[in-house]
Amino acid sequence: MIPETEPVVEVVDLFRKFGNRSVIDGISLKVQRGETLVIMGGSGCGKSTLLRHIIGVMKPTAGSVKIFGNEITTMNDREIDEIRRRFGMLFQSGALLASLTVGENVALPLLQHTDLSAEEIQEIVAQKLQTVGLNGFENLKPAEISGGMRKRVGLARALALDPELLFSDEPTSGLDPIMTAVVDRLTLELTQGAGMTAVVVTHDMTSAFRIATRMIMLGRGKIIAQGTPDEIRTSPDPEVQQFINGEADGPMPLNLSQDDHEHHPHVKARPLVSARRRFHHKIP
Amino acid sequence: MKNFLRLNASLFYWVLVAPFKGQMFKFSPIFRQMVFIGVRATPMVALTAFSVGVTLAMQAAHSLQQLGAEIYVPDLVMVTLLREMGPVLIAVIVIGRSGSAVAAELGTMKVSEEIEALEVMAINPISYLIVPRFLAMLVMLPALTILGNYIGVFGGWAVCRFALNFNTAGYVLRALESAETWDLYSGMIKSAVFAWIIITIACNAGLHVEGGAEGVGQATTSSVVQALLAMLVTNAILTAVFFFGA
Repeated sequence: MIPETEPVVEVVDLFRKFGNRSVIDGISLKVQRGETLVIMGGSGCGKSTLLRHIIGVMKPTAGSVKIFGNEITTMNDREIDEIRRRFGMLFQSGALLASLTVGENVALPLLQHTDLSAEEIQEIVAQKLQTVGLNGFENLKPAEISGGMRKRVGLARALALDPELLFSDEPTSGLDPIMTAVVDRLTLELTQGAGMTAVVVTHDMTSAFRIATRMIMLGRGKIIAQGTPDEIRTSPDPEVQQFINGEADGPMPLNLSQDDHEHHPHVKARPLVSARRRFHHKIP
Repeated sequence: MKNFLRLNASLFYWVLVAPFKGQMFKFSPIFRQMVFIGVRATPMVALTAFSVGVTLAMQAAHSLQQLGAEIYVPDLVMVTLLREMGPVLIAVIVIGRSGSAVAAELGTMKVSEEIEALEVMAINPISYLIVPRFLAMLVMLPALTILGNYIGVFGGWAVCRFALNFNTAGYVLRALESAETWDLYSGMIKSAVFAWIIITIACNAGLHVEGGAEGVGQATTSSVVQALLAMLVTNAILTAVFFFGA
């Protein structure tokens, strides 16, 4: 359907501003079929924001995002849903529905988007949970399992519809080294064996070098380095070296000023009066 | 307010338009919400309605005795319950019990990224989360009101039978004779309108929570206060339209 040469994800000159601060400052990237693109960068560099723009949860100030060749920045909700059925997304926290059991969570996309019978769905759920190493956990609630397990259930749910494309936000943070290796191997099997494409946001360097076919490093809303894992490893850029080797001293700024942060989406404008009350409980 | 109108518009679409486009809502989640909103609330509703029925009968007896007109106690209990006390007080109970629970549940889902996850899985949060709650509330609040009316009338009977020397048949006859069907219908219309007010305010508050656990608490409180105010003001308007116009 899609020619082999057409990129699965294509981002062109993406800009996003909060107030007058650019969180994404002209990013362009392409992901080819079967590739595993790892996006890395320090906390607050805009990598989660970039991912949210690619999956269409946030709208950019300017620029274009194409998934499977379809421009999604101008789509309405119903058109975007058509695209979303074809990819899976693993959230940082797993984002399981707390009111459903583990099994029901994995079954949710199947129930909503397919006409499979209850037995078939049960079989697929069991098989997906098996691949993430959680055999027989169907009847537990998300609150009854650990954070790492929740994340693995989230991965099983993201894979439930056998997507062509998988987005992962920090898939291995909070997992022990063995489980990290299992998740990495699963990603590799899916990309190399089944031809899935993966876009992974992470700052776990071991995992990143294990799965990546190509890497992008973000800083201050821009791409500061990109290439194959070998190119990144031997990059002369001191910022890249500092990041991949995890050194405290280097060119990357340690301190953010509050002024830089004030237009971050999480920061809400507070009226002056209430701010004063917060610090001076008794105003004369 | 803009969010509230947008929520109503998409509810309208998902309840009245989408089923004809082949996107029928699923019934099992509606029943689950009906059990939570309706069935589990019956003991509270029963106790409230009984107390109100008893109180109404006692107050009516006190005033009417001075006129020698105790015979009208059943009339007063019946009509007051059907027209005003039934719909309003049961709505108050449901706001406190289910409205707050819905706001808190949806708010928690919002802050823990669950709603965003639904969107990314191409599952519309309005059709998946809000429509079942809306329909369950729309069915169960009037149903609870009917139940409450029965129990309130029963409370009135208890006072009349044991304190005022009515016989049961006399009470039932007078009560039935005094009430018209319009008294019941007007109460049901009120109930349905209250159901819409309660659930849309609760859902709107829950869906737009920001700022973690603190935000969930604030949204829950404000949804209860807003729903109570909106419900009481609407009640006054509806009473004026139904019984005071013309």
